[in-house]
Amino acid sequence: MTLALEVPRSEGKRVRLAKPELLAPAGSLEKLKFAVRYGADAVYIGGQKYGLRSGADNFSIEEMREGVRFASQYGAKIFVTTNIFAHQEDLPGIADYLKALEDAGIAAIITADPAIIDVAQKHAPGLEIHLSTQQSAMNWQAVRFWQEAGIPRVVLARETSLEDIREIKRRVDIEVEVFIHGAMCSSVSGRCVLSNHFTDRDSNRGGCCQSCRWRYDLHADGEKIARDGEHLFTLGSKDLCMIGHLPALIEAGVDSFKIEGRMKSVHYVATVTNVYRQAIDAYMADPEGYTLRREWIEEIGKAANRPLGTGFFIGKPGPEGHIYEPEEKPAPYDFAAVVVDYDPGSGVATVEQRSPFKPGMEVEFVGPGGRSFKQRIGEITDAEGVRLDVARHPLQHIRLKTEQPVEPYDLMRKKVH
Amino acid sequence: MTSAAAPELVIAAGSVQQAERYIRAGADAVLVGEPRFSLRQPGSVTADELKKLVPLAHGFGAKVYVNVNKLFYNDELAALPAYLRTVAEAGADAAVFSDPAVLLNAREHAPDLALHWHGDMTGTSSAAAAFWGRYGAGRAVLARELNEAEIADICRSTDLEIQVQVHGMTNIYYSRRNLLESYMEHLGRPASLIRRGPDRGLFLVELERPDQKLPVYEDENGTYVMSPDDICLLEALPDLVAYGVDSFYVEPLLKTEDYNVTVLQIYRAALDRIAAQGERYEPDPAWMETIRRIQDPDREMSFGFLYKEQVY
Repeated sequence: MTLALEVPRSEGKRVRLAKPELLAPAGSLEKLKFAVRYGADAVYIGGQKYGLRSGADNFSIEEMREGVRFASQYGAKIFVTTNIFAHQEDLPGIADYLKALEDAGIAAIITADPAIIDVAQKHAPGLEIHLSTQQSAMNWQAVRFWQEAGIPRVVLARETSLEDIREIKRRVDIEVEVFIHGAMCSSVSGRCVLSNHFTDRDSNRGGCCQSCRWRYDLHADGEKIARDGEHLFTLGSKDLCMIGHLPALIEAGVDSFKIEGRMKSVHYVATVTNVYRQAIDAYMADPEGYTLRREWIEEIGKAANRPLGTGFFIGKPGPEGHIYEPEEKPAPYDFAAVVVDYDPGSGVATVEQRSPFKPGMEVEFVGPGGRSFKQRIGEITDAEGVRLDVARHPLQHIRLKTEQPVEPYDLMRKKVH
Repeated sequence: MTSAAAPELVIAAGSVQQAERYIRAGADAVLVGEPRFSLRQPGSVTADELKKLVPLAHGFGAKVYVNVNKLFYNDELAALPAYLRTVAEAGADAAVFSDPAVLLNAREHAPDLALHWHGDMTGTSSAAAAFWGRYGAGRAVLARELNEAEIADICRSTDLEIQVQVHGMTNIYYSRRNLLESYMEHLGRPASLIRRGPDRGLFLVELERPDQKLPVYEDENGTYVMSPDDICLLEALPDLVAYGVDSFYVEPLLKTEDYNVTVLQIYRAALDRIAAQGERYEPDPAWMETIRRIQDPDREMSFGFLYKEQVY
């Protein structure tokens, strides 16, 4: 057993040799491409079997191949979640499925169930195994156990603090991945079957119906606790957002920063990935000079639809870690279109419509690396040059003049009033 | 595992006295522990008390299992070696674990202590059981969310002993957060209104399901939500015995001791009669009548997931 040395320090200077990986989610091939374009070092996706989020689009093996081809052009890797807890009926097909993933060029599976780990090690040795957070590894001995079992990376339990992570990295020579952004279980992961009880949907096989976010009356000794007008009880957690604590996470030795959200939109994945990419790059370029930029926080706010918190990283969450108010405030910006082409000569961009927009609207263009500018929409036409009063059809190609150059994959947002 | 031995009836106990009462009522084994190391025990039996309990239980021919099923933080690990040594020296018949840290410590500090793997909701297949078996577990405690066919198939497909819960409420949500305390703080009420530990006075009602009361409580290890119904698999017992289930667990949490004693006596009688009568087994109609009479009318009895098909 090799024990990792303490992160070397001298005169308070921060020193770190390896740059952490930024790992983004994708619920479809299109989202995968956006995640890669916006700076993900690796993207995790779900296949059509053995993954949680059975409601996401999920990838066929052929789509995975295409995803791998696309990602490899940018030096990015693709991971596949096989993070269910398998039942007897799920066991027979595991080996064939994992071999197909291996054959498709998938770099790693994210898995919690030892039943799947055993099969992967035997039948698909080319797949790296990353222990899913669903296994809830939260101490260094548990992490060492998995390392001894041949697992090169552990996604730590959501309940681990920065201090816990430092100790785990000091004691065990293993890659550590943590969620840094997005929705999270308030339960210990995998230890919740509310969905099974309320709706006969198996939460540990992808059927979670998010009962934790429903409203409950808490009764004590025959009386309801909430009086008229007071908030009801909920188990729901705020979303995680660690943009304000990236240096501490990097210095703790976290190897991979994971963004949650295989069910989230192109807009969300691109925006959040873009921000963390910039922040990690800025820190790695100049740890001493690094400062948290206000634009990053504002950007995240444009995609977030829930209140944000820091989970267990800084300390055990109290009331500030939960959402007692009515949920799902709409994001202040709506995704209007994606740039598919740009002609530098005429300054005309072709965009693909994602929600209606029209001349006169204030929009914002955003691209990888934090490029952005605002403008008012002028004249719009369809692909044939016919003038339109409104771009009302989803996926329709629309041409409009942009005040600055744009590139394919740039996003166009409109402000929601 | 299909074994020739008569299946076991096991229950958790919150004190030495309670353990003795449950053994006298027909339990073949008692599960005890303390909250520093275990989740959802109905009370605390310290390491010192364990030294008294083990000979007492063995005198009755009963076993003592020690619950070490917590998921541990780094700073809680240091206490494990001494605890596991004490458990082994006290002569406990097994330690129940969920966190592999317990497995590593047991291997090093109490190598002769038998181990039961209890992964709560994650104990869903014979293949997972086999994995933990390779690391030393002799028994797997199955998730409560399995159906009859799955239980039967697991029993056919494993060398490990299999334990299944047959009666009482089930834990359906566990958080490390103090959700009740946080809620009271949010409302600006004294947190002291919420007592710590298993508390029969607290429950949740989801707005669309006013008939279901979900017990909830909080202790130093977090918050637990329990099922709104009690499973009662008495009528399925002969089938489960035939499949080869080795151990039947009665969950005593949030019930009176008297209720648990009556339930144990009935399951004891049923298991004895199954062993004696085999295929000709006829249950005593008074058993279900008695359980229905003592059952809290607010809590339905059900077969849990035994005959359900779940979707996902």
